[in-house]
Order: sequence, then C-alpha cells, then structure tokens
Amino acid sequence: MSFHSVLFKNEGESKRQTVERPAFFGDLNLDQIVDAITAGKEAYRLQPFFCTPLREVDTIRYRQEVMQDVENPTLLASIKTFSEKMVVVRRYLAMVEKLDFAYHKKGWFLEAALVYCAAATELACALNQVNLRSRGLLAFRERVANYVHSATFEALRTEARKVKEGLRGVKYGVIIHSGRFSVRRYAEERDYGVEVESIFEKFKQGVAKNYLIDLTKRAGMNHIEAKILEFVARLYPEQFAALDQFCRTQGSFVDEALRTFDREIQFYVAYLDFVAKIKHKGLTFCYPQISAPQREVFARDSFDLALAHALLHTKQPLICNDFSLQGTERIIVVAGPNQGGKTTFARTFGQLHYLASLGCPVPGSQARLALFDQIFTHFEREEDIRNLRGKLQDDLVRIHDILARATPNSVLIVNEMFVSTTLKDAISLSKAIMARVIALDALCVWVTFIDELSSLSEKTVSVVSTVVPENPAVRTFKIIRKPADGLAYALSIAQRHRLTYEQIRERLQR
Amino acid sequence: MKVFLMYPDRDFAPQQEPLSNAAALTQDLELNTLFEAMAQEDKLLFEVAQQAVLSSLDAPDAIRYRQAILKDCLAYPDVVRQIYSLSIQSIENKQRRWLGIFGRYPSAVLGGALELLAMFVGLLKSLKKIADLHAPHFESRGFRRFFAMVQQELDDDYFGVVENHLKTLKFRGGVLLSAELGTGNEGSNYVLCKPNQRDPRWIKRVFARKPPTYSFTLSPRDDNGARALADLKDRGINRVANAVAQSAEHIDSFFSALRLELSFYVGCLNLSEQLAPLGGPISFPQPVAPDERRHAFRGLYDVSLALTLKRNVVGNDVNADHKDLVLITGANQGGKSTFLRSVGLAQLMMQCGLFVTAEFFCANTCKGLFTHYKREEDATMNSGKFDEELSRMSAIVDNLTPGSMVLFNESFAATNEREGSEIARQIVSALLEQHVKVFFVTHLYELAFNFYVKKTEKTLFLRAERHSDSRRTFKLSEGKPLQTSYGVYLYNAVFETDPV
Repeated sequence: MSFHSVLFKNEGESKRQTVERPAFFGDLNLDQIVDAITAGKEAYRLQPFFCTPLREVDTIRYRQEVMQDVENPTLLASIKTFSEKMVVVRRYLAMVEKLDFAYHKKGWFLEAALVYCAAATELACALNQVNLRSRGLLAFRERVANYVHSATFEALRTEARKVKEGLRGVKYGVIIHSGRFSVRRYAEERDYGVEVESIFEKFKQGVAKNYLIDLTKRAGMNHIEAKILEFVARLYPEQFAALDQFCRTQGSFVDEALRTFDREIQFYVAYLDFVAKIKHKGLTFCYPQISAPQREVFARDSFDLALAHALLHTKQPLICNDFSLQGTERIIVVAGPNQGGKTTFARTFGQLHYLASLGCPVPGSQARLALFDQIFTHFEREEDIRNLRGKLQDDLVRIHDILARATPNSVLIVNEMFVSTTLKDAISLSKAIMARVIALDALCVWVTFIDELSSLSEKTVSVVSTVVPENPAVRTFKIIRKPADGLAYALSIAQRHRLTYEQIRERLQR
Repeated sequence: MKVFLMYPDRDFAPQQEPLSNAAALTQDLELNTLFEAMAQEDKLLFEVAQQAVLSSLDAPDAIRYRQAILKDCLAYPDVVRQIYSLSIQSIENKQRRWLGIFGRYPSAVLGGALELLAMFVGLLKSLKKIADLHAPHFESRGFRRFFAMVQQELDDDYFGVVENHLKTLKFRGGVLLSAELGTGNEGSNYVLCKPNQRDPRWIKRVFARKPPTYSFTLSPRDDNGARALADLKDRGINRVANAVAQSAEHIDSFFSALRLELSFYVGCLNLSEQLAPLGGPISFPQPVAPDERRHAFRGLYDVSLALTLKRNVVGNDVNADHKDLVLITGANQGGKSTFLRSVGLAQLMMQCGLFVTAEFFCANTCKGLFTHYKREEDATMNSGKFDEELSRMSAIVDNLTPGSMVLFNESFAATNEREGSEIARQIVSALLEQHVKVFFVTHLYELAFNFYVKKTEKTLFLRAERHSDSRRTFKLSEGKPLQTSYGVYLYNAVFETDPV
C-alpha cells in the first residue's frame, strides 16, 4: 500500500479543493461551525478541506475510517505532540534565516534538527502502539516506519545528539565590570545565591512574592552576547568544530510525507477537538451510514451544531430532535408556533448532510444520510435596497433559480418563503412550488406557516414545533382544590425550604 | 522565625471570606459593641478582633493556649504594647520609604531590598533587647517559645554575618557569573558565583598557570553594548536580588504576623481596660470538649449591654450541664433576649481565648455558633416574613455540623402558633438528634409545652419572671412554661379578625 494522503483515497481528488465557501454556508450557519473548528489553526490552511464536499462514498468512508482511528485518545494525544513539535521545527528554521551570528544560526539549526528527530521517532513509535483500522493511517504508518529506519534519518539523529551533547557540557565564567568583561572556563565557583538564601532562611513565613524579574527576551543575540559566544568557541574548539561539521552535512531534513501528514491530519484533530467540547454538554455524535442511491434518511438525537457551540458557555439546555424519511417520503414540512425551533431543525438537516459529506461524524446518536450533489437553501433575506425587485419577486427568482439547477440528488432547505405577500398568494404560490419540488423528487425540508403544505402528497411528512415541556425547577402556580388542614400551607413552605424533620435529618447526615 | 502566639503550631491567617453566619451573629449578638471596645478606634484592631472572635476554636487545648498568653499580657501590658509598637514601626517605615515596589531591574530590586533589610535589622536588634530584658517573667508556653526563638535565632554572630553580606552584595569588585550554552547556543543558567579564595601561598600563586581568559572593553560610545552588559549582569544577580528581596519580605511578614497576632491581645487588653471601671466580674472560662454537654455559669452578664450602658448589669446563674435544649419562656421585657445574647457572647469569647464576663463559666465548645432571630423588618421584598425566616433557617442547616449550637430568638412566630410550633418542633427535634445544642427563647406555648410533656432529662426550662408589682427582675429562673402569653396571643388572634 503506498501512501499519499490521509484525506483522499485517490491522488486526483486533492486537486479539486476550493477555498470559496458554498453559497448555503451562511444560511445553515456552517460558516460559524467551520470558523470555530479552524480557529487558531490558520497556519494549516484547513478551509479548503471544510469547503469541499466529497462526491464519492468510498472517499467518505476513507475519511470516516481515519477519523475513527484518530478518535483513539492515545493516538490523538500523540498526533498533537507531533504537531506541536513540527510547529517548533518550522519556527526554528524560519528563525535561522533571520539571525546574524554564525554560531547562533548553527545553534538553532541544530535545535530544529533535534526537535524534528524526536517528533518523527515518537510519531513512528506511537503509531506502532495503537490498533489502526483505516486504510489511510495504515499506509502512513508503513511509510513512517520505513523513513525512521532509513540510513539518512539515522545519521541525522545520531549526529545531532552527539553534537548537542558536546555543547551541553560547555560551562564558562563571565566577569563583568563597568564597561568591560572577561570570559574564561568555569572554575567550580560556588553559587552565591544559595548562600544568601540560607542566611535569611529563618525568616521564611509562608510563600513570598516572586521578585524575579522576567528577563526572557526574544530569541536573538546582541553583539555583547555574540562576543562572549565567540570567546566561548575559542575556549572549547572541539565542540564547535563538530557543530560546523553537522551543519555542512545536513541540509533540509524535513520529509515530504511527514510535512503533508502534519497539515492534513489537522482536519481530523480540529474537528474532534471541536466535537469534544460539544460532547461535554452531554450531546452525542455518530458516523452516519451513507450510500449513493439512498433516499431513506434518518437521524436520532440530532441537533444544530452551531447552536450547540453558541450555547457552550451557558447553562441553557439544547433540545435534540429526530427526523426520518421512509419509502417515498422526500419532504419534511415544519409547522407550528414561532420561536419553537423550526429553523434550527431545518438547519440541522442541512448541516448533517453537509458534515457527512466531509467524512465527519455528525450530531446525533444514529444517522443514515444521503450523498447529495448540491445543497440549496432559500432563507429569508434582509431587504437589499440595491435590489430593485420587490421581495416577493426576489423570492420567486431565487427559488426559480434553485429549481432550475437542482437534481433529484440535491438537498433543498426552504425557510419561510413568501412571507411578504398576502396569505392567499402565499398559499397558492407555495402550493405551486411544492408541486415542482415533489416532481423533482429531491430531499427537502420546508419551514412554513402554511399548514396546508404538509398534506399535499404522500411525499410530504409534517412535523410541528411544540411548546417546551414545563421546566420542573419552575413552580407552576397551579390552584388545586384541596381540603384545608391547617398545617398544610406552612408545612408545604417548610418542605420547600427542606426544613421538615425528615429533610433536616437527611441534610445533616450527608 | 514564627510568631505562633495565636496557635501553637501555625500562623493566624485571617480568612478572606466571611463565615456564612458572620453577619447574623454580629447583628444578633451586637458584636460590634464588643469589637469597638477592643479596637478603640483602631481599624486593624477592629478587624482582627472580628476575625478572631468569629473564627472560633473548638479544641479546649487551643483555647487554653491563648488564655495563658492573654494572662501574661494582662500581667505585663507595657511589655506587650512595646513589642507591638516595634511591629507598627516596621510597617510604617516600610510604607514611608518603599511602598512595596522595588523596581523593574534586578539591580534596582537588589539595591532597594538591601536598604530595607538594613532597616529591619535595626528593629530586630530592638526586639532582641526586649527579649533579653523581660523573657524570664513570662509564663505562657506561647511567649516562652517566642522569646526563646528570638534569643536563639538573633544572636550577635548572626547580626555580624548578615551585615557582612549586606556589604558583599554591593559588588565592589565586579560580578562573576557562571553560564552554560542553552538552546541555540544562547547563554543560559546565569548563576552569580562567589569568587574562589585565592591560594594564600604566594609561591603557588606565582607559578600556577593562568587559565586562558579573553577580555573585551566596550567602546565608550557603545551605549547599546553598555546596556547589553548591564542586562547580562541583571540576569546574573536576578536570583540573588530575588533572595534578598524575599528575605526582606519574609522579615516584613514576620513583623506583619507579629503585629497581626498581637493585635488580638492588644484588643483584649483594651477590652479589659474598658470593663475594669464598671466593676463587673471577669474570669477565664473552662472550655470542655464539644461532644460533652456542659453549660454552667454564675453571674454571666451581657458584655455588650454593660459596655453600652457603661455600668454593671445583672447576671444570671444557670446550670445546664447534661442538657442539649434550653427553652426560655416568660414575660416580655423579662431579660430573655439579654440572657440569650450573654450566652452567645460568652461562647464566642471563650472560643477565641478571651475571658468572659462572669464569675464562673464552664461550657462545652461548639463546632459552629448560629443565631436565628426574629427580624423586625423584612428587607427582602420578594418573600413573605415566614418565608424569609425559613430561608434563613435553611441556610443555617446548610452550614450546620453535629456539635454546633443554635440560638433561636422568637423564631417561627411569623405564622400562627400551631403552625409555628409544629415547624419549630420538627426543626428542633431534628437538630437535637444530630447533636446540635439549642437555646430557644419563645412565646410559642405549644412548642414549649410539647417538649415539657416529653419529660426528657436533657431539656432545661427557664422562665423570665415578673414581680407582682410589675417591676421586672432581669433574672431567669428554672420553671415550666406558662400559658399566660398564649392566652393574650389567642385573644389578639380572635379580635384581630374583627372589623375596626
């Protein structure tokens, strides 16, 4: 098995990536989701991966397999360690380009090599210690194993260590007077700080404030330090000759496959990190079944991922929903009171299909979803004054455009169309459009205030938003008829304060 | 160097968070009157009194440790106030000149800290002198340890060594640093070193091979270089500057701890001086472990009332040994509240190590003291009065542990007597069962009667009496609950419903 990518099964697929966000991203709040997922990982340029849905079921499976492997916390942790080290390697190598003094440059080049060797070795080792199932990671493991056992890598690693060992043993003394200084080998002088500390030890009263001034500075060297380093190199010629030799023989050492992996694997890491936060709220994710001709879709305990993310730092609970389309059913008509989660439901349907097409696990405990060719959304637009068409006309133009391009394999999400016209018009127009959608045979979720739409055909299913069941923490203030027995009122107040005999006993026995 | 005058084995660390019951205790027991007498308008004394009184000790040994120290203080108030004034000086000197900040560079930190240390050394010498002069008179374990420590740790040799270091740290002969190569060959681990003693044998010195040394002199116009060199020096002395600054801070905190802990005793001295002219008795209480049931006293009076009236007030004698419930009933204005307050105050005063205002007082300590008083006004708009009473009670239960003590004053009277009695009965029964001691002043006859008919050995009934000439005595005596006030209550209850 030869390795080329952990994201794409076939070599050609990676070429098709786009950085442009699909038109429906905003309506489905996928922009918020992708922004949240990729935040802080800009350097990896992950947007194209999240903006390009896959067209082939097998590539989706290819990614699902890798994602499932990466979900292993041991492996995930190892991958993160690897990535962090690679970030360091890149930072060091970039720094080398900018530095002024020879032994300073060489010093950082050596550090980069050391970190790189550790990163590669540890990754190879970590991959061997986990049970892998995915085609992608199995191929990659083989590739890495071959690499770290190659003679090139072996030489890089041993040389780097040896040189560093030598430099680590260098210890010297600097004597500073005003305006001048001298450098010589260290002569076993004693630490004066320890002595001063011990003299005042007896006054120690708990923890004292830290008066250490933070003297960390940007990596770099001024000419005084450079001069000192120059003197040190003269005091320890052998160690520095070895460093010169190392830099001469080792050129650019980063392996191409490792470089690609380092970027691509972030797609999985980013998504799983994001999902982990959401899971803290007690929500579940699952790998959807996907097969090409599938039209019978369903999901259980699903939710709007953008909403879940927005509610992350609140106490507000998130309501999960199910949906399912069976047999000839194609269209879910969502009706019911406003503020009841209708739009959220529609977005959930769209998000699930989109995320599934990236090869990602989707919100829910179980799901089967369709492989689509396109997703179309028709959401209410803010009135655009540059748009001279009226709102109704705009609605019609947009839906017309959508119907012209949609195929039976498309997914349509329609949210409150024709609100700007009379009810009568809205009904007849909606019915007409619905007839076309029915004829098209595409999957569709249609949020509407027009109840009639839900029963137009055996292809439509009706769902209704309901009022959230009473929150048990809130008192109902119901008036219930009950014979007055004198103590009842006060005792019920006492009970509410958990102050009856039984309750206090219980509370004090904790 | 530890002060250890509040606890035998740890510092007195004022709590940041006030106890959940602090506000109620302060209000119900009129603690501010006590704190003000201890503070004599000194803010720190007030705060420390507040802290000490409200964070009770419950181990009798710990209480006796403070009692012994306080006895020493009462015997030699001048010496104690003298030591206290040293600690005040240290803080004042420091605030006048250093204000806590040493600067942004290690050299500035070092310079400032050295000066500060020199000032402290002066004060420590004075402390040593006081110790040498007065130590033999003090008898308490706490003071004996304190003085012995001062004499042992601060001998003349030590002062010599310290002053020598203060001189060396000025680095007249240059700064020697050792260093290693860190990442990227950048110098790291700069450590300030003490130059090795030169070999005293001059002949060896002459023939010893000089190790290779490379030197560099900066051009006088190289300002950047000079700054870089100063940075390097700062890097080297950073740790020692930190050590000296921390040492200064440690001595500073020694004096702060001294001031803090002595503040309590100075407050006690103030209180005793305030009480002396009033002529009421004071005595050191006998604390007993919290799992025992002891409460016996003679001539116990309300210290807040005495301080407010500025005269001696009537005390009570009670023997409630082996009781876990004391129910106090009887006439209004009969001294019930004053009595309850004196019980609470004595408990807190005993448990912080103070004397109590009684001829004799012996009681078990409690794990926590709580008060539940009828509140005249309901400050919270959103709950009814009864609701408010219960929610305060619930908060108390949240913080109760077995071995606590609760003082109820006219609680649960915001509803009718039957309901109030029943709820109080349930609450009190549950508390007693969980080993909570209860003092309950009440008009709720049903409640009192309920406990009376149980005839339990563990309940003591006290009654506030009224003389027939309606002159109130303020003394309580043992006696079964009477229904008198209940009848009046009933009458009111019946006629209240009549239209006016």
